[in-house]
Amino acid sequence: MNRRNFLKTFALAGIGLAVKPAKSLAALVPEEKKAEQAVDMVAVMGGEPDQMFKRAIAEFGGMNRFVKSGQKVCIKPNIGWDRVPERAGNTNPLLIAEIIRQCFAAGASEVTVFDHTCDDWVKCYQNSGIEAAAKAAGAKVLPANQESYYRQVELPQGKILKDAKIHQAILDSEVWINVPILKNHGGSGLTISMKNYMGIVWDRRTFHMKGLQQCIADICTLNKKPVLNVVDAYRVLQTNGPQGRSESDVVLSKALFVSPEIVAVDTAATSFFNQIRSMPMDVVKHLGFGEELGLGTTDLNKLNIKRIKL
Amino acid sequence: MLRKLRIGLAIVAIIVLTFFFLDFSNLLPESVQSITKIQLVPALLSLSLGILLLLLLLTLVFGRVYCSIICPLGIYQDVVARLANLFRKKKLRHKFRKAKTILRWSVLSLVIITYISGLGLVLDLLDPYSMYGRLAVHLFKPVYMAANNGLEHLFTAFNNYTFYKVDIHFWGWVSFGLAFASLLVVSVLAWRYGRSWCNTICPVGTVLGFLSKYSIFRLSIDHERCNQCGLCSFNCKASCIDNKSESIDYSRCVSCFNCMESCNKKAVQYLPFWKIKKTDTAKAISKATIKTDTSKRQFLSVLMLSGFLLPKAVAANFNQELVNGLRPLKRTIPLMPPGAGDRKRFNSLCTSCHLCVSKCPGNVLQPSLLEYGTEGLMQPQMLFDKGFCNYDCTLCTEVCPSGALQTLTKKEKHHTQMGRVVFVLENCIVYRNETHCGACSEHCPTQALRMVPYKGNLTIPEPHPDICIGCGGCEFICPVVPYKAVYVEGHEIQQPAKAFEDEEREEVVLDDFGF
Repeated sequence: MNRRNFLKTFALAGIGLAVKPAKSLAALVPEEKKAEQAVDMVAVMGGEPDQMFKRAIAEFGGMNRFVKSGQKVCIKPNIGWDRVPERAGNTNPLLIAEIIRQCFAAGASEVTVFDHTCDDWVKCYQNSGIEAAAKAAGAKVLPANQESYYRQVELPQGKILKDAKIHQAILDSEVWINVPILKNHGGSGLTISMKNYMGIVWDRRTFHMKGLQQCIADICTLNKKPVLNVVDAYRVLQTNGPQGRSESDVVLSKALFVSPEIVAVDTAATSFFNQIRSMPMDVVKHLGFGEELGLGTTDLNKLNIKRIKL
Repeated sequence: MLRKLRIGLAIVAIIVLTFFFLDFSNLLPESVQSITKIQLVPALLSLSLGILLLLLLLTLVFGRVYCSIICPLGIYQDVVARLANLFRKKKLRHKFRKAKTILRWSVLSLVIITYISGLGLVLDLLDPYSMYGRLAVHLFKPVYMAANNGLEHLFTAFNNYTFYKVDIHFWGWVSFGLAFASLLVVSVLAWRYGRSWCNTICPVGTVLGFLSKYSIFRLSIDHERCNQCGLCSFNCKASCIDNKSESIDYSRCVSCFNCMESCNKKAVQYLPFWKIKKTDTAKAISKATIKTDTSKRQFLSVLMLSGFLLPKAVAANFNQELVNGLRPLKRTIPLMPPGAGDRKRFNSLCTSCHLCVSKCPGNVLQPSLLEYGTEGLMQPQMLFDKGFCNYDCTLCTEVCPSGALQTLTKKEKHHTQMGRVVFVLENCIVYRNETHCGACSEHCPTQALRMVPYKGNLTIPEPHPDICIGCGGCEFICPVVPYKAVYVEGHEIQQPAKAFEDEEREEVVLDDFGF
């Protein structure tokens, strides 16, 4: 009980501390400079998944900033586990449906959705609610259960992972959107946007063999970057991730983080998670590795972040 | 009329049953599985008294209609025989043959004696439903899957994603070879002699043949109308009509009604026994049926049997040498599917129809070789090279028709330990390379492998076998080759798995972003 209380106090203190400097830092930046600087990240709290995305994308100036008319779009949620939405094993289906609708509204010619699942893919697609939601929104839901759907791609910037087989839906799309769910992960600390790349890859055992954290950073050097990373933190799996074993692992946290900056958005999500359970940045090692590879910054002060509470 | 009805019912039965075996995407409703549950041997083994009573009544009222409209192997032979006639210039003329009574009863006795003495294998090999199941799984299903993949290729080329690619599985030479051999034997016999398999070897045929001698409705020949033209006998695929003596051997008649429809004189009738006029020829026929040379066959079956018993001693012997510094794994007890319970019970009730093998979405259930010993040859075991047992899936326990796998609810399955996790530290990546991994823990639905702090920020798996259900997720995903760092050890009797305890948690209040 003592440790728990201590951690709780610690977390609460963290919240208090985190709030203050953010405000004071914002105050330091001259008003006019802030206005002209484009938004790098939008963080929303307190709404339903679709509602929060609507708000976030509006802050960016609309989906047509990222998706142009006539483009083929691929959306990559996390559908890794045979879990219902309440168990927070997969990206929220309402969020996926809303993103698809926004893509079509921006003039997308085709939207595809897939994930290379861990559990039986048919069950995952079904029980996550994503297949039904995506189809209802007009997207094509593609299988990813066979090696023949994947094509070999070189990763010249990768440190230890020099190539990988990537799903053709990503390679054949004109733009893709990365839509992970924020979860605790036994191997990599957390699974967010960078870790979500593992679902576009055929052979994932190699990652574990060669060094999971570095490989996650390496795969993100793929020269086709997502135009947006949308981190679903509506329900967060705080323990026993990435699949969770009961509803007690889930926190209804009602948040969403959207940014084209993958390392930054994952850093933000990590800080958010840290309020629920201690999760220092150096446990989620692939964030630092990503920064080393020039994939982005973990210094959120360098970015123009819009924080919105609904 | 009766023949058309028989053909109609048979077509529905064989299509539904075959498709149930092939249907990997679960297009058929669950209720369809009742067609496997009304099969005689599975019903007998699962002691489904209602079904047994129904089948008994069916046979005692109508004769061996079971063999014509329920038994898939029987219907399959009719299909072959019909196809054979398409290839012939002249339709095959069956002729009356003597009953192979001694052979039939020898085979049945062999089946019963071996079964009682603990070797269910002979029954597994000869049960017509299970034989057909293995044909469906090992021979027809690959073709069906290949056709699906062909369609997928075609449709996907046009940007239509109705179909998806599937793996075509080969479940080993033993199951494939035995399925192929039985297909060959049964097909050749059906092609040339109609229903001779059913009336010489098939144990179900022998039992039902015996019962149908006392059935109420029987086919009979009206001697006043019969002109001994022989048409009925030519058309009798059971070769049981002796038109010279104008008599029918009811133990072999499968009530196909071909004779009735072929008779121009309406002399062949389907009547209750009290309306049939008795003649002394009926007795004559039973006398004519003795004396067949069966010694050769008996010798062969004894030889086969001893062949099965021998290899028990040669059971797998694992290489104990280290490879690349990795300790080889040694599973000593095979893993039974969920709901199998006690190994002895499971081995005696399973007839290796391989319906569970075909239905398992994770491709975990695979025919065994000698892991269970000779008596369990081809019975399903859990192997994790292609997948792992889905935590919430209870499909195999629902479809098993013989009761070898007892139906489990999700909750019951969550608390059944099919096997226990064994963690081999010196093979683990975290220990060997000091890099993050956690693949096993990631796949563990109960956290029987829990990642705990190790050196620095590293975490390493810690096994908690008490809450392990033996799903094999860890063994499947462990990336270490050739010997994994984690495997599941089986049980002779499946154990209750301890329920994991949810951690107590304080309510978390989130009112800010934290950054």
